[in-house]
Amino acid sequence: MSNKILEVRGLSRIHGKGCPLCTQHTGPDFDTNICPYCGSVVAAHDINFDLYRGEILGIIGESGSGKSSTVKMLYFDDAPTSGQATFFDGAEQHDLFSLNAAQQRSMRNKRFGMVYQNPHLGLNFQISAGGNIAERLLMSDLKHYAEISRRAGELLSRTEVSLARMDQNPKTFSGGMQQRVQIAKALATRPPLLFLDEVTTGLDLSVQAAILDLILEIQTELGTAMIVVTHDLGVIRLLAGRTLVMKHGRVIESGLTDQILEDPQHAYTQRLVASAL
Amino acid sequence: MTQAILTIEDYAKTFHLHERNKAIPSASHVNLSVYPGRLTALIGPTGAGKSSVLKGIYRTYLPSSGRILFRSKAGNIIDLAKAGEHQILELRKQEIGFVTQFLYCLPRKSAIEVVAEPLFARGVDSHEARGRAEKLLAQLAVPSHLWNVPPATFSGGEKQRVNLARGLIAQPRLLLLDEPTASLDPATTERVVEHIQSLKETGIAMLAIFHHPDLVKRLADEVVELSPPIAVTELRKD
Repeated sequence: MSNKILEVRGLSRIHGKGCPLCTQHTGPDFDTNICPYCGSVVAAHDINFDLYRGEILGIIGESGSGKSSTVKMLYFDDAPTSGQATFFDGAEQHDLFSLNAAQQRSMRNKRFGMVYQNPHLGLNFQISAGGNIAERLLMSDLKHYAEISRRAGELLSRTEVSLARMDQNPKTFSGGMQQRVQIAKALATRPPLLFLDEVTTGLDLSVQAAILDLILEIQTELGTAMIVVTHDLGVIRLLAGRTLVMKHGRVIESGLTDQILEDPQHAYTQRLVASAL
Repeated sequence: MTQAILTIEDYAKTFHLHERNKAIPSASHVNLSVYPGRLTALIGPTGAGKSSVLKGIYRTYLPSSGRILFRSKAGNIIDLAKAGEHQILELRKQEIGFVTQFLYCLPRKSAIEVVAEPLFARGVDSHEARGRAEKLLAQLAVPSHLWNVPPATFSGGEKQRVNLARGLIAQPRLLLLDEPTASLDPATTERVVEHIQSLKETGIAMLAIFHHPDLVKRLADEVVELSPPIAVTELRKD
């Protein structure tokens, strides 16, 4: 049996009406992702990769490179213009973009998790931290109140959120703590696949370190496969075994993370690494 | 002699720096073999490509040419220069270890956890992994009051011993050592030498770079001398 959990082929997203010349006149060689003929934005074009069980894959690139677009499509926050993604879930196999809305919702709620850079996207600020997690547990198949409350407490203490704050609204929390609640919420259903989109961006360095540590501990404990989107080379160095480098909507280079950092092949990656280290 | 675990045929590595329009060779015409229970030492002046060879084997560098043939535990011959990324990651986890001169680790992890990590990754029970980490830290003379402290604040020599312990703990079939004793005092160096000798006795194959010629004399069964590759060339502009 293959160890593959996700297979992405030809994934593309064009914002705008698109024209036959869009993909031929955008990309790293043209230094733009805006089509000069029709003005459409090529957010992602022909993205291909495999993700294995328990593996952490990094996607690195500057703003507008298409890294978040890629993850958004896989999490059904956005629909691709073309391409396939196959999710291998135990013995089952799902063609993600052929699922209907209800099936997609179920996949998001039970089998995938997402942690956003902006906690407002991942958390409901109308209810308590514990309530946020209970909400997600309810969307899976857990219905019993005591069991939900116990699991929510467990998850919060695992992500180092003090239980005394379980009933408080996350809007009163620090940025780092909000991210920990988001992680707890994303993990509530023990999903085999987790997406992390710039989760440490904007946090203090010491808080960043604690979050990265937590992510790695969880990966070791639960064997969760993760896709980590970041513009920070330090984050992928610590977390990811393999990395894709994106620019102007294309994957320009991919490889083992240490190889990308020490022996980058593409001119852009060489510049990126040289300016960061 | 037993069959080689690693055979390198005409390895070369050249960096192509696009911005500067230069091709910089870091190693060329490298041929060598490494055998179970024996240590092959790489010698040569600075810039001869010693680290480049180790990094090419570990695939931190993408080899420019040549074959790097590794005999896996299952008996297959794998060309590391061409193997898939997932296969390389699996070999790193199970069969090939690399002790570099630098320690990269998470800021909150204690020395014991840093050392035990390769065992955790292989699924070894946490209690047993920590026990083995403690034993190794003691053998390498890392003071016990440091074991539960993150290595970030350690001295250079202490960090290096933690790094060494981390590389040695999983007892890979092939161990790559890049100046494992570079910043150690003579007494600690002696302990590391003893440890390397005991690893040889367990059948581990090693390819190593040593700072001191004396260590080469004491530990090496084979010595391969590298000479610096030809100079930098300007890339043709098209």
